[in-house]
Amino acid sequence: PHALVFLEHREGVIDNGSLSAVTAAQQLGGQVTGLVVGGPEQVKDVVQKAKKLKGINAVLHSSSSQYTVPVVENVSPLLEKLLASGSPFTHVVSAHSSSAKSLLPRVAAKLDAPAVSDITSLEHDSASNATTFTRPIYAGNAIATVRAPPSIPLKFFTVRSTAFSAAPTEEGSEAEDKALEPVEVADPTVLHIKTDLTKSDRPELGAASRVISGGRALKNAETFNATLEPLADVLGAAIGASRAAVDAGYADNSLQVGQTGKVVAPEMYMAIGISGAIQHLAGMKDSKLIAAINKDPDAPIFQIADVGLVADLYEAVPELVQKLKQTQ
Amino acid sequence: MRPSAARLLNILVPIKRHWCRTVDYAVKIRVNPDQKGIDLSVKHSMNPFDEIAVEEAVRLRERLKDTVKSIKVVTIGPPKASETLRTALAMGADAGIHVEVPESAPAPEPLGVAKALRAVIQREKEGVDLVIMGKQAIDDDAGQTGQILAGLMDWAQATFASKVEVDVGKKQANVTREIDGGLQELQCRLPLIVTTDLRCRRLLMWCTEPRYASLPNIMKAKKKPIEKLTPADLQVDLTPRLETIKVAEPPKRLGGGKVENVDQLIAKLKEAGITAVAP
Repeated sequence: PHALVFLEHREGVIDNGSLSAVTAAQQLGGQVTGLVVGGPEQVKDVVQKAKKLKGINAVLHSSSSQYTVPVVENVSPLLEKLLASGSPFTHVVSAHSSSAKSLLPRVAAKLDAPAVSDITSLEHDSASNATTFTRPIYAGNAIATVRAPPSIPLKFFTVRSTAFSAAPTEEGSEAEDKALEPVEVADPTVLHIKTDLTKSDRPELGAASRVISGGRALKNAETFNATLEPLADVLGAAIGASRAAVDAGYADNSLQVGQTGKVVAPEMYMAIGISGAIQHLAGMKDSKLIAAINKDPDAPIFQIADVGLVADLYEAVPELVQKLKQTQ
Repeated sequence: MRPSAARLLNILVPIKRHWCRTVDYAVKIRVNPDQKGIDLSVKHSMNPFDEIAVEEAVRLRERLKDTVKSIKVVTIGPPKASETLRTALAMGADAGIHVEVPESAPAPEPLGVAKALRAVIQREKEGVDLVIMGKQAIDDDAGQTGQILAGLMDWAQATFASKVEVDVGKKQANVTREIDGGLQELQCRLPLIVTTDLRCRRLLMWCTEPRYASLPNIMKAKKKPIEKLTPADLQVDLTPRLETIKVAEPPKRLGGGKVENVDQLIAKLKEAGITAVAP
């Protein structure tokens, strides 16, 4: 097998999700080529980092001002050309990130190939060129085992980053790199107007090793922040939210943990005032340690929490913050 | 003077009937003992993201008035899926298309669905300018169909949209998208495929009265036309190319551990190596 991994990057750093995709690609047991696409100023640094990744055999890169903000309609033709018949690739791999999951199915469609989303494990049989994946369905209430048979010569899949470790950098090793001519789109149908990223000094939710999440019991945006921020600060944690809290406007959409939001699996996940709907559990139940504070002893969250505290969060959380500070 | 035909908007909203619309955690999904699928005898309803898509189309018409010429909904599914179309018609869509497949047929995969939708679009005499659909179905969670359809049509796409503003005269739309870590605004030329995300739904929840609940609308919906088609009419093969080998229960997580107070909670965290970080 020969996998092409789409490497996403931001400000010169390769996204964690892409590093997990490299690890997944490696498990196919063959060659792994990374692909870096970006603006003329962006690509060089990222390529240097990509070449040192463990498990990467080669790095392809293409730069154009059309790729500075990678609008799907502009990037897709490059991949279509690269993957057209006669290409050495057997698999196309990416993170299950918002930009890659917009791009990959479009490219797959152009090549008449089905794609497999959000996989959590894989096994490749080189002899027959069949790949078997597992992926959660029905909000993680069931795990489907899906086989891409040999009749699908080019297999597209996106990778759930919490299921694969990030590929480490290996000093001393250096894969070779090769530039690809960009495929300029003469008359783009989509113009990028602006991107507003939520600025935060906290760890990014998807990559954080600790997450503090709040639910509807936090009452409003003000209490949500006033209650959770001190705790997140003392634990060095990212802040997340249940769908109910996001819908009610207490927390930004980008903080939603769950089936249709972010899927996280940190070292510690603390659910505060979250009852534990299946859609929420789908986004956090693979966390290593789950703690929960809720005043309802029958809240479903307690069924999966390793450490549950039945208490009024408005008393328990400040006490927790204060005592954690003392024991520091 | 009436605007010329070229400046009227025809909207298509693909919808999917699925196991249960409820957000109630009490509804549990059960894996069938043969491990080939899940027990589908639970309540069926419209995929929630598709409901957002229908609502968004109806809201566009409220803003753009007569420049929206038609809102058609389409579904691919067994005979009973027509109920889901009726729901969408009661919400304000004008007409439905039902691509009927046998109850026993395997669920088509996104590529097959997108090919059927392409054929539906190509049959539309006045064409389709805008497709609005959910970003994912919350049963298979694939989240691919919109992007695949955009690829097949070679149209612009705006995934995970939370806001859609259409300028019919200029034949373009400004779309705000939910992306990892923030928001992105794109200006897209029509024809366009939009997939709807959460923030749209939040607006939906603020509706004082859900449209589909009103009896007059339900009565009116019964009179709206639904065209029946088969995959053969569309010359598409919906047989999945990926093989589903097994559907199994996920490994159970053993929780249920309780502590009495905050001190014990801190002790448990410490056991797991979770302590305060330096300020």
